[in-house]
Amino acid sequence: MDFELMLRVYPFFLKAALVTIELSVLTALLGLACGALGAAARLSRLSALRWIGAAYVSLIRGTPALIQLFLLYFGGPQIGIQLDAFSAGVIGLGVNIGAYMTETIRGAIVAVDKGQTEAARTLGLSRWQAMRKVVIPQAARLMVRPLGVNINALIKGTALVAPISVIELTYTAQRYIGSTYKPFEMFMISGALYMVIIYVTGHGVAWLDRRVRIA
Amino acid sequence: MTDQKPFVDIRNAQKSYGSLEVLKDISLQVQRGQIVAIIGPSGSGKSTLLRAINDLDPLTGGEVWLEDMQINRKLPHRQYEAHINQVRQDIGMVFQHFNLFPHLSVRGNITLAPRLLKHLSEAEANALAEEQLEKVGMLDRIDYFPSRLSGGQKQRVAIARALAMKPKVMLFDEATSALDPELVDEVNQVMKKLAEEHMTMIIVTHEMGFAESVCDRVLFMDQGVVVEEGPPEVIFRDPQNERTRNFLRKHLEGSNR
Repeated sequence: MDFELMLRVYPFFLKAALVTIELSVLTALLGLACGALGAAARLSRLSALRWIGAAYVSLIRGTPALIQLFLLYFGGPQIGIQLDAFSAGVIGLGVNIGAYMTETIRGAIVAVDKGQTEAARTLGLSRWQAMRKVVIPQAARLMVRPLGVNINALIKGTALVAPISVIELTYTAQRYIGSTYKPFEMFMISGALYMVIIYVTGHGVAWLDRRVRIA
Repeated sequence: MTDQKPFVDIRNAQKSYGSLEVLKDISLQVQRGQIVAIIGPSGSGKSTLLRAINDLDPLTGGEVWLEDMQINRKLPHRQYEAHINQVRQDIGMVFQHFNLFPHLSVRGNITLAPRLLKHLSEAEANALAEEQLEKVGMLDRIDYFPSRLSGGQKQRVAIARALAMKPKVMLFDEATSALDPELVDEVNQVMKKLAEEHMTMIIVTHEMGFAESVCDRVLFMDQGVVVEEGPPEVIFRDPQNERTRNFLRKHLEGSNR
């Protein structure tokens, strides 16, 4: 292994890692928003909303994320959606992970004992009050870890934006392979940095999970 | 029975799930301050009847009235929701599995609904919680979380939570069935106390001794119909119907074993 080369190029990889982190954070936020809306739709009293929620989940989960991303970035301009690569990456990946988060959030909500809603409704709380004050606080505890799994997948999924030229970790590795012909070293640096990001995030999730359990 | 207007009035209640009839044209009138026990084998429809009163299990036919208000009115969804949320504030319910909110302290469990629905201040809600907990003998556990309470304590808190809404009637759905035998009595004591305060109560129970000592009237239900009803001394000492006799005999054998 060419350590000298690795030491020389790694600052550029650190910059790329920041892009990966930025991409991950924005994607996670958009994903959570889509997941919350998706779960609300899937649990709605209105069958039209339930249908929309179900269609969203099955369309997204039934096709490769890469195709969704390409469709948005390369196909978008054809129907008047013109996005820069980074925005397309955030939107494509965010909407994608949102479908998985929809199922995570929905699952946590339905896992809360039905008796909880009954007790709240019996006291006179509305459907929404019961949801907000009784069900969601309990569901929130159940969803931290599975959402952590979604976020783990999303961080690794950010590599998919390399083909649309977002200068993040995977793209950067490919670029330096082009000039150095050292794929082993370059992918090692990228891989190690992904691992650091995932390790830190994983600990953050575990910490949050402990917090909500005590509260 | 007096010819006074009934406080809770169930008229021709029917309930079916598909082709399965769970309640077959049941009527039940309860006077203010009266305590009625509903007994019967599992699957007889007694819980369904109780849960129809506050519309947790909506009837497919018939009417339920509380004083001058029809509970299960046919209204457009939004209006119905507003109506039922209002009505339910007047009907306390206690469940077999307590259904305390595990993420809230005992205090939080009791003050949630009064604060949200009656807009009590924190101080008012606290005073209310203390008053109700005192009544059920749980004041010293006000800051505990439900997970640290025994079954009997949980149920006493659940009763205090229901009472904090100042209901006009209390429904008990097998409130002691999930308790260890040695914890049943503390809950029964609280219910007796309510009886002495003339709370109107409808109690689905397997505790024949309790039903006999506390209730004014007993209904025996089987397969969706009221087989026999009357004062406890008649139902328990001298039941007229063969099915009632069979049920009570089996029940006695069961509890003596």
